[in-house]
Amino acid sequence: MTHSKPAVSLPRRAVTQFALLLSGALLAGRAAWAATAAVSIENFAFTPRLLTVVAGTTVTWTNGDDIPHNVMSTEEAFRSPVLDTDEHFAFTFTTPGDYAYFCGLHPHMTGQVSVTPGQG
Amino acid sequence: MTEECRHPGTGSSVKILERIMDPLDTAQPGEAGPKRRFLLECMTWAGTGVLWSVAAGLPQAAMLGTAQAAESAATPFSFVQISDSHIGFDKPANPEPLATLHEAVQQIKALRQKPAFVLHTGDITHLSKPGEFDAAQQMIGEIGLPVFYVPGEHDVLDEARGRAYLDRYGAGSRGAGWHSFDQHGVHYIGLVNVLDLKAGGLGNLGTEQLEWLENNVAGLASSTPIVVFAHIPLWTVYPEWGWGTEDGAQALSYLRLFGSVTVLNGHIHQIMQKVEGNVAFHTARSTAFPQPVPGTAPSPGPVRVPPGELRHLLGTTSVSFVRGTQPLAIVDSPLAH
Repeated sequence: MTHSKPAVSLPRRAVTQFALLLSGALLAGRAAWAATAAVSIENFAFTPRLLTVVAGTTVTWTNGDDIPHNVMSTEEAFRSPVLDTDEHFAFTFTTPGDYAYFCGLHPHMTGQVSVTPGQG
Repeated sequence: MTEECRHPGTGSSVKILERIMDPLDTAQPGEAGPKRRFLLECMTWAGTGVLWSVAAGLPQAAMLGTAQAAESAATPFSFVQISDSHIGFDKPANPEPLATLHEAVQQIKALRQKPAFVLHTGDITHLSKPGEFDAAQQMIGEIGLPVFYVPGEHDVLDEARGRAYLDRYGAGSRGAGWHSFDQHGVHYIGLVNVLDLKAGGLGNLGTEQLEWLENNVAGLASSTPIVVFAHIPLWTVYPEWGWGTEDGAQALSYLRLFGSVTVLNGHIHQIMQKVEGNVAFHTARSTAFPQPVPGTAPSPGPVRVPPGELRHLLGTTSVSFVRGTQPLAIVDSPLAH
């Protein structure tokens, strides 16, 4: 699991170019690390609460509680349907930035995905 | 401020007051201003029925079975609160919530004094599915009394965030389902605090509903007894688990002038009560599964108990109103003694 690290600051054009390079690498099948990360929901908490991934990563949340939860972006970038026990929700982060989110049923449950343009 | 509550059976104690925030206490930490009178009745543990009445602003508590409790059974007017049926829940904490709801229904039907109506304080269903609503409605309909609802967060999980609830129960209500009615000289207000919840926050009423509430009570005589019911506690029970309402204190400020205000909530699946000035707060048991005492578990998730103990932790609440002397008597009854 990748932990938080400083976001790389690059001009937008450079970011785009890098993203293109990255997708090329993915197409070439060279990047087995690419692009998935997991967040578990247990005991009314997101683990890890802070997750840093590179752009293009698909993050999957899985509910391990006996109570349903959902995953809602604070800025409405994404919103999962309600997740009953063992159900999951996946979202692919294509744009770098910080994405704060919470559970719409139990809003004291909060988390954040930081998306960097660089390699993880 | 810390006090100990002692478990009547095991003698184990829980320090609880320091964890309870006072939503009406506006004094800042360290400020010398007078703190409001603050009284918290001890948590009542499993299987312990408590008669609780408020007369002349002073709370009185007595264990069920005493003369005082027997006296309340003869009051002329009462209603029943049920909560947190969670129809559709199928986990080990109670794989058959419809069966335990049925027991609650039977318990209400068997009451010696027929209640005037039933309040359901939300989480009728577990996942807001039509079949869950259907099953709950059919079962609760067996009581044969009018039922007034407010939604819990589990009742607004449909794609349209509450449309399914409103289509079924929203007739005559405003906004997300808030409403009021009068019965036997008491004014009842159903509030909805489970929608548009904000990250990191608690339950939420919102500006529009608060304005409605302020206008709703504006013309009432201050001697009118008020009963407010909502799903999430309007007072801050335990913010670490989200057990409270962000703008609950604002709502209560509109009720400050009334001599008798009773606030009935669900959501936390256990009995808790507090008296703050003219306001008596009370949370009901669930008919489906218990949740832990604040701070005693890693999360507020369902508590698994041995099969024989479950029905001691579930139950219904009846509230009696005595005309003239104006006490409201609240009696919690477990499904099994």
